[in-house]
Formats: sequence, C-alpha cells, structure tokens
Amino acid sequence: MTVAPADKGFFAPTGKGFLRSWLFTHDHKRIGMLYLWCILSFFGVGVVLGLLARLEMLTPGATIMGPQTYNAIFTLHGVTMVFLVVIPSIPAAFGNIFLPLQLGAEDVAFPRLNMFSWWLYIIGAAIALTSLFTGGGAPDTGWTFYVPFSAVTTTNVSVAVLGVFILGFSSILTGLNFIVTIHRLRAPGLTWTRLPLFAWGLYATAWIQVLATPILGITALLIVVERVMGMGIFDPAKGGDPILYQHLFWIYSHPAVYIMIVPAMGVISDIIPVFARKNIFGYKTIVGSSLAIAFAGSLVWAHHMFVSGMSDTAVMIFSFLTFVVAVPSAVKVFNWTSTLYKGAIRPEPPLIFALGFIFLFSMGGITGLVLGSAGTDMHVHDTYFVVGHFHYVIFGGTGFGMFAAMHYWFPKITGRMYNKTIATTSAIILIIGMNGLYFPMYLLGLQGMPRRYYDYLPQFTNLQVASTVGSWVTLIGLVLMFSNLARGWKHGQKVGDNPWEAATLEWTLPSPPPTNNFDQEPVVTHGPYDFKHLSPGGTDQ
Amino acid sequence: MTLPKDYLGAKMGMWLFLFTEILLFGGLFVLYSVTMQRYPVEFHTASQMLDVTMGTLNTVVLITSSLFAALAVIALQRGDIRRSKIFILLTILLAGVFLADKYMEWGAKIHHGIYPNSPHLTDWPEGQQAFFALYYTMTGLHGIHVVLGMGLLGWVYWLISKGKITPEQHVTLENAGLYWHLVDLIWIYLFPLFYLIT
Repeated sequence: MTVAPADKGFFAPTGKGFLRSWLFTHDHKRIGMLYLWCILSFFGVGVVLGLLARLEMLTPGATIMGPQTYNAIFTLHGVTMVFLVVIPSIPAAFGNIFLPLQLGAEDVAFPRLNMFSWWLYIIGAAIALTSLFTGGGAPDTGWTFYVPFSAVTTTNVSVAVLGVFILGFSSILTGLNFIVTIHRLRAPGLTWTRLPLFAWGLYATAWIQVLATPILGITALLIVVERVMGMGIFDPAKGGDPILYQHLFWIYSHPAVYIMIVPAMGVISDIIPVFARKNIFGYKTIVGSSLAIAFAGSLVWAHHMFVSGMSDTAVMIFSFLTFVVAVPSAVKVFNWTSTLYKGAIRPEPPLIFALGFIFLFSMGGITGLVLGSAGTDMHVHDTYFVVGHFHYVIFGGTGFGMFAAMHYWFPKITGRMYNKTIATTSAIILIIGMNGLYFPMYLLGLQGMPRRYYDYLPQFTNLQVASTVGSWVTLIGLVLMFSNLARGWKHGQKVGDNPWEAATLEWTLPSPPPTNNFDQEPVVTHGPYDFKHLSPGGTDQ
Repeated sequence: MTLPKDYLGAKMGMWLFLFTEILLFGGLFVLYSVTMQRYPVEFHTASQMLDVTMGTLNTVVLITSSLFAALAVIALQRGDIRRSKIFILLTILLAGVFLADKYMEWGAKIHHGIYPNSPHLTDWPEGQQAFFALYYTMTGLHGIHVVLGMGLLGWVYWLISKGKITPEQHVTLENAGLYWHLVDLIWIYLFPLFYLIT
C-alpha cells in the first residue's frame, strides 16, 4: 500500500486552513472527531478529579485536602463526567462519525445544525469550567444540584447550571438531527429491520434526548431564577416545594442514564456478532428492548426519591416500574450470550471489551434491583452502595462500551491497527481495577457508609483503602490502553478496509473514509450481520 | 456534493424541536398544577389581581399575529413575495405590541410592589406568593420566546429579501411560522391559567 494523500481520507487538508477546516466543518466525521477529542480530554480531567477524591478517602479525616475542597472535587467530577463526557460520549463521537456511514448517507440530515451542536457543547463546557474559577468558588452541591442547598450556597452554582442548560441544548439538537437522519437518509434497501443495532440504539437514545432534556433545561433555569431573583418556586417559606425540584431533576436525569447506556448497548450489539461470526440472536427483541427501555425508562424517575417523603402508593408504583425496566435490559444480555453460543468466537480486543461490558453492566444492573426495591433501598439509600451501582453501570457499562467502540472502529478511523495483545491486557487490567475500585463500595454501603461524606469511622478504613488501590489499578489500565491506541495511530500496521470482516456499510469504505463518504449511493441487499455475503476474507484484504 | 433540500426532513426536525419547547414549558405546567392543587383559594385571590382586559387584548393581538404568520406562508407559496414580506412585518409589529402590553402589565405590578422576593409580596399568604412566582416565571419565559420569535421572523424576512427563501424553497418560512404558532399556543394556555382561573 502506498501512502498517497488519498489514504488520509477525511483527515486530508481541505485547503481552507487547518483550524477553519476543523472548527467550522460540516463534515459529520470531523465533527465526530472533534467531539471525541474533547470528550477524551474531559474524561482525563474527570479521571484526575475522581482519583483525587479516592485518594482523599484513603484515610479517615484529612488526607490531602480540606472538606470544602473535597465537596468541590466530587461535584466537579460528577458534573464533568456526566455532562461533558458520558452523555455526549458514544452518540456525539461515534454516532456522528458512523451513523451516516452505516446508513449509506452523505452526512446527517442537518450538517450545519450539527456543527452548531458542537459549538454549543464547547460553549457549555467553557461556561461550566468557568464556574470553577469565578464567583464564590467551585460548586459544592454534588452533580444533582439539589435545592435548598443549591439555592443558598455561596459557591458559583448559577454559572455551572447555565453551562448545563447549554450542554442540554446541544444534546437535544444532536438527538433531533439523528432522528431525522435515520428516518430520511437510509440508503435504498436499508429497511428498518436491516438497520445495524448501533443505529437502532442511537435512534432510541435520540428520542430520550429530545423528550427528556428540555426538563433539565427548565430545571436548570429555575435554579438560576431561584438564586438570582429569589423567585421561591422551591422555597417552602414562599409557598414553593423543594421536592418538586427532585421530581423535575429526575424526570430528566433518570432517562439520562439511558441516554448514557443505550448507545453503548448498541455498540455491543454490533460487535458481538462480528466476533462470533454469527447473526445476532433475536434482532427484533434487541430493537424492541431498546425502544422499551427508552419508553419505560421515562417512567421510573421517582425511585431516586423513596426516602423523600412521597406517598407509599407512589413508592410502590415507581418500584414496580423500575423492575419492569430491568426486563428489556436483561433481554439484551441474554441475546448477546445466545449470540456467542456455538459461535466461531474470535477473542479480539473489541470482543474482550464487550465481554467486560456484559460482566460489569450485569454487576451494576443486578444491584440496581436492590435499589429499585423500596424495602432494601431504605437501608442503602445515599450510601456507597449507590455510588458503586452507578459506577458499575456507567463506567463499567458506558465506559466499556466507549472503549469497545474505540477498539472496534479504530482501524476504520485511522487505517491502522493497534497492538492487540496490549489492548487485551489493558482490558483485563481495567476489569480487575474496576472491580477493586467499586466492589468495596457495595460492602461499604451495606455497612452504612454514606456517600459524599468527607470523613469516616475507622472501621471502614480497610474497604476504603481497597477501593483507592483499585482506582490506581484502573489508572494503570487506562494509561496502558490510551498509550497503546496513540502508538497504534502513529506506528500501527496498516490494515485494509475491513479487518474484522464485518458486514455493515461503514466497512465497505476505505479506511479512513473519504470526505464524501460514498462515491455511489450503496444499495443494501442483506442484514447487518449477514456474513455469508462477504467475499472470502472480507473485502480488500 | 451538496444535499438536496429535504422538505419533509426539515419539517420533521422542526416538529421535534417544537416538542422540546412544549416539554420545556411542560415542566412549568407540572409545577403550576401541583401548586394550584395545594393552594386553590390563594390562586383564586391572586388571579383576581391580574388585569383581564390587558390579558384579553394580548390574546387577541397574539392570535391575530399568528394569522398574519400563516398568511405570510400562503402568500409566499402563491409566489407573492411582496405581500409575504408585509405579513411578516405585521406579525413582528403585533409581537411588539404584545411585549409593550406585557411591559405595562408587569410595570404596574412591580410598581405596586408585586415582584419576586419583594418585601410586600413576602408578607402575603404562601399560595399567593407561589402564584406570582409562577406568573413571573412562566410569562417571563414566554416573553423570551416572543423575543426569539421576533428575531427568527426578522431573520426569515432578511432571507426572503436576499432571495434565499423563494416560493419554491419556502420551508424555512413555514418552520418560522410553526414556531410562531407555538409561541401563540403557549400563551393560549397561559392566559386562562393565570387570568381566568377561579
């Protein structure tokens, strides 16, 4: 293979100047790359903050910082990770790059709006980060911004929630764009039942983004008017009600965890058939379960509020609905394992990450039932159990989904291959590290250690130390994984268009894909996991 | 390559966006209904203090402006660019009238010491305070949408003048019209909830 300029694909200079050709690009692939770089950078920030918080908890009392700093650190860790990393992660980065390619389209439906979304993301992120260094200091409310504290704290909450409002707007526009793209821009022959499951995951996610995020917007605005004007909508002294804040917040923020996890499930559904060399087991039930999660997930928000004093009837209903939403998630796990059954399994790195996802997500999902059941929730509510559950689902789930996507589509984006042995090793280190980091949290929670506390009783020391050591192992895994990918991008062996022998449309293009995607509009004649139609050994190898 | 203008896609995107706007206000409507359930008597008392005449006038103004927005679309579809532009200007003009009316209403209330966190208001029963908190928040957010709508219509007017919106490619004007109807629609709910509730 020669290193002609054409090999650079969409990375090739456009003649508009480097900065302009990237910052004002309408090309969905470039926008996706911009998102990816930003998300990974913020991920680095979030990881450092998380490590600092863990380090502080190494010993009872002060270890490396004071209580106010600790409050700010875990708040920033939460805000950065949730709003800047996890919510945009897979849809904004990989969705932007690969959704149009999987559909056989030239671009998303509204390319300029797509660029605008990215700009909103950057502006929102800048405002959120500005809140750290201005006003009364970094917010110390936790990422949930609960009133009454968020209405009265002297720290810079107003600016932070304004940033969140703008980030929400960015998320809405991306979702809107994807819905219209999937409806309008599918290639001829790409019927709804031939749509790759990643696209289906993005579709379900996009609906949640569009329908739930406005509630976050209004909630954020209400905090601002509460703080700036003393409006009193959440202030009992003025006839308001702080519980209503919690309702509004979770009406968005519970569906938001499905914004985080459903695209990752889509990635896993795309990866597993490729490395099991088998059609996916139960395509339609996976599609149905994505939509069912999107729907039922919108009706369970108050399970975050079992101890808020709402009525027993409401507790029963929301507890029941929470169990209902566990069903479609479990359906997916069974479908993935059934796909692997009697498959010709190729244990390549993306599959290892996908298996890590299934294991860690199940650990988080099953403990979710403990929290969803009102009786047991009373015991573990607001303890480390919740923290452990959330991180298993989001870092173990969405995080691993993101890592799996990075390793799966790396050769498509770069045209090169990373070192597979190191990639697999890093996956295993990460799985070990995450269990070391988060499993002790379950035990701490069961023993009654509350979340967000700066200090703790000496009896919790051993488990806290175990968790902190786990965070170091996780760090080693992350460093190994990212350095391997960085090295692969520079020096990796060049691979062909379809190194994994996958059957979805993006693999029919050169790697990296050219700026204009498809020379001719492709015509789809078979399903996304129908490997029989591939020429032997994949194409171009 | 350039994408052909996808009429249905553009309309679909706009409708989705309108959904998000309805949900944005939906959060406030939820707060309103819960609070009204809690303080029905105080809501009644507080509602009496609003000026129904001004409110009715504004409702008429906004519905008429919506009519003009619709006429602007029809005029453009029929190829009458000049008349379409006049109708857009009339829509913007009435939006301005709405804001002026709103300004006088708010101004009168504020003059009487009824505004968020005012010493006068905080002496009142909690339910009445809650009523006015919602009144200012919801009509305020609606007012911001009126301003945004005026900007949008002004932008569309400019696009028509530049020849970027034509009788053949009129979806942008249609979408701006849809947005304006939404602004109107939200007011049609706000008006009875605040002015006519008993």
